[in-house]
Amino acid sequence: MRFTLRIWRQKNSQDEGRFEVYEVDGVPPNASFLEMLDILNEKLIKEGKEPVAFDHDCREGICGSCGLFINGRAHGPLPNITTCRLYMRHFKDGDTITIEPFRAKPFPVIKDLVVDRSALDRIIQKGGYISVNTGSAPDANSIPIPKPAADRAFDYATCIGCGACVAACKNASAMLFTAAKVAHLAMLPQGQPERRQRVKRMVAQMDLEGFGHCSNTGACAVECPAKIPLKAIAQLQRDYIWANLTPDPHAP
Amino acid sequence: MAEILTAPPVITRQITWREGNPILDNKCPSGDLEKRWTKHKDSLRLVAPHNKRKLEVIVVGAGLAGASAAASLGELGYRVKVFVYHNSPRRAHSIAAQGGINAAKNYRNDGDSIWRLFYDTIKGGDFRARESNVYRLAEVSVKIIDHCVAQGIPFAREYGGYLDTRSFGGAQLMRTFYARGQTGQQLLLGAYAALQRQVELGNVQVFYNHDVLDIVVEDGRARGIIVRNLISGEIHRVAAHAVVLATGGYGNAYYLSTNAKLSNATAIWRAHRRGAYFGNPSFVQIHPTCIPQSGEYQSKLTLMSESLRNDGRVWVPRTPGDKRPPHEIPEHDRWYYLEEWYPSFGNLVPRDIASRAAKRVCDMGYGVGPTGRAVYLDFSDAIKRFGKEVIYQRYGNLFEMYEEITGESPWETPMRIYPAVHYTMGGLWVDYNLMTNIEGLYAIGEANFSDHGANRLGASALMQGLADGYFILPYTIGDYLATQLFVKLSTDTTAFADAERETRQRIDRLLSTKGTQTVDEFHRELGKILWDHCGLARNAQGLSQAYEQIRQLRERFWREVRVPGTGQEFNQNLEKALRVSDFLELGELMVVDAYHREESCGCHLREEYQTEEGEALRNDKDYAYVAAWKWAGEGEPPILHKEPLNFEFVKPTVRSYK
Repeated sequence: MRFTLRIWRQKNSQDEGRFEVYEVDGVPPNASFLEMLDILNEKLIKEGKEPVAFDHDCREGICGSCGLFINGRAHGPLPNITTCRLYMRHFKDGDTITIEPFRAKPFPVIKDLVVDRSALDRIIQKGGYISVNTGSAPDANSIPIPKPAADRAFDYATCIGCGACVAACKNASAMLFTAAKVAHLAMLPQGQPERRQRVKRMVAQMDLEGFGHCSNTGACAVECPAKIPLKAIAQLQRDYIWANLTPDPHAP
Repeated sequence: MAEILTAPPVITRQITWREGNPILDNKCPSGDLEKRWTKHKDSLRLVAPHNKRKLEVIVVGAGLAGASAAASLGELGYRVKVFVYHNSPRRAHSIAAQGGINAAKNYRNDGDSIWRLFYDTIKGGDFRARESNVYRLAEVSVKIIDHCVAQGIPFAREYGGYLDTRSFGGAQLMRTFYARGQTGQQLLLGAYAALQRQVELGNVQVFYNHDVLDIVVEDGRARGIIVRNLISGEIHRVAAHAVVLATGGYGNAYYLSTNAKLSNATAIWRAHRRGAYFGNPSFVQIHPTCIPQSGEYQSKLTLMSESLRNDGRVWVPRTPGDKRPPHEIPEHDRWYYLEEWYPSFGNLVPRDIASRAAKRVCDMGYGVGPTGRAVYLDFSDAIKRFGKEVIYQRYGNLFEMYEEITGESPWETPMRIYPAVHYTMGGLWVDYNLMTNIEGLYAIGEANFSDHGANRLGASALMQGLADGYFILPYTIGDYLATQLFVKLSTDTTAFADAERETRQRIDRLLSTKGTQTVDEFHRELGKILWDHCGLARNAQGLSQAYEQIRQLRERFWREVRVPGTGQEFNQNLEKALRVSDFLELGELMVVDAYHREESCGCHLREEYQTEEGEALRNDKDYAYVAAWKWAGEGEPPILHKEPLNFEFVKPTVRSYK
């Protein structure tokens, strides 16, 4: 297969950046999108040109490293999948494909298609965990958890932290990301002691990083490779209101 | 008259090594097996809380082992610096582990015990691991599950609200805890969250996008690291009282493997060059159930979890070359070769056995698919027995992944699978305290060689990574740090200066070669050599050939490689070139190790030493030892130190799964 690629090139975070056009030929239909870029890069190196920088690692949809904005959509034209799991057979021979980095103010571009997503880690630092030290846990089966609750917690816990929800949102909101963690821990008895503080602090950090407000369009859930349901955001909002408006019975 | 074509001459080179002193003290305690770890813990030196704040520890890597260790050390009060080359600690390759984690909880009432998990692991490793280490692993396994549940990890549960388990290869019990097909992800995110909590508390600093390029050793002690900031290209020296390497395995030496693309051996290989012994480098696990390679462009292979063998049946057509589509092949024309050859374990034989069996049937011409290098993994019986809903609950995400990659639905047609490089049992040699032979340098998780012998059982990698990080290293490292309280750290020393200079020279050399071949081209060639001669089956002739080929390839690499860009910027090709240059040296040591071990055991099948049925023929008289290799300098034959394996509690037997 043959493609014309319009790729965002930017030397570093200070550079303005621009689109450049490349031709790539002989791409097998079963190559993944990233393998297509490998083929392009091998060609560029041989021609003495600078290869395109892009993030990737596991190449099986779980590490959350890859993230490209392809033809105006996070992770490309198919819903709920990562860039590494997008195959060239989903495009037409001869297509022109536009490739950009995930764009959001809290995700500064490092180079070409690589962005800094450490803002997401800083949100987790504000309480995306249960404060338990190694060695202090009781026997695992001493905390029975109803299967439906455990299953729902799992559905929220599968977030891969790729940031597609932010890139897809016109407000660059990190609501789905933050809500996935809040909702995961809210489903479980272990998550209850810190539940109020968690939601308040994580939302405050999200605002501090410069992520926008939820646009309520649901674009995030359409792109989310982990299929985090929109219900997570409803859970976050319920918890946020509850934590802020009702008195904490344990407050000193 | 037709011209007689002769094959090009096979160039081989005599493989040589020197033998050093045996390793006699591995710090394993003596006495009753069940009491050893407790006794040992009670004898370790302690560091008081106010002194812990004065001690700095470097942790390299933040996968299961690294993140759990860094979090636990932070909780204890040490000053911890974590270095990761990823853009977040949550990206480490532990995230991709699918099937589960073993623990001797006996929640099933099916007769499990610490002893049985210990025995299965020792036997699974074909009696090439230490009894003391493996017993300790089984012992702490139960605490891992407790801790992970307390962290909020959503393991699979029964309707009563209690934890569910399933079977895995090499065991006749159901002791594997799981979170759908994403157990590694959930466990890693638990350790990552614990790490982030310590970051928030100010006990741990995490340096993102930092590649560790050398280990600094002063007077036989690890004193720090040389790191490159991948974004700015700056090179820094970092000193600490102890250095922990948790950098995972080196399966990417083969180019195509189930490992993530960035997984590499650089930190452990550089430690090896600084004097750390490398244990059993040729022990590489080849996983039986991966999606077969479909073309030259392919960048990696994708694993299909071993858990699938709980319900999937492996078969090939009874007639070689039978080209009918699988659903047209009637039951009596299907050969369920695993069930026939190994009736007691059936489709759940250990990985090495299943991989070899797949190779054997394909070599005999029974393979399926366009290349003939694949076998079927069929779920139709399980779907009939349990219904689609149950099978979806168990393997839904794996079925989707398979369909996305291959375009075929496992609901309708059997999966096609073939073995692929997956895990390295070999790694840096460590003693019972997980310390390498360099004082203050530790290796944990897949980066060390310790617990799996010549073959790892499924669902045991997660167990070992977390055992090392949560429950073993935090105790043993204190024993060493207690001696380091009054050491003043400085990076202004000759050892640091030398290491930094050598790192810069290596980078300059790569950038200035300006040859014609890309790094990936060299990497693919290395991968092919290793896969052909140091993969599923090995023999002396092939290994000698690989030895010479790797030497030539390495020489050509330094003459012909082209690395674009500069060192003062974000340069992914430079990162790759540094890693591949280390794989080119490690690959040679793997070949030497495979050649020297003139027996078959676990993953290591030497074709000269096998039974008539193609099973591994072990030689306990001459090879019941760990091969710990010492670097002797570039181009010099390595030095072999043997650590004898004494079996006091189990009797090494012929490993039978029949």
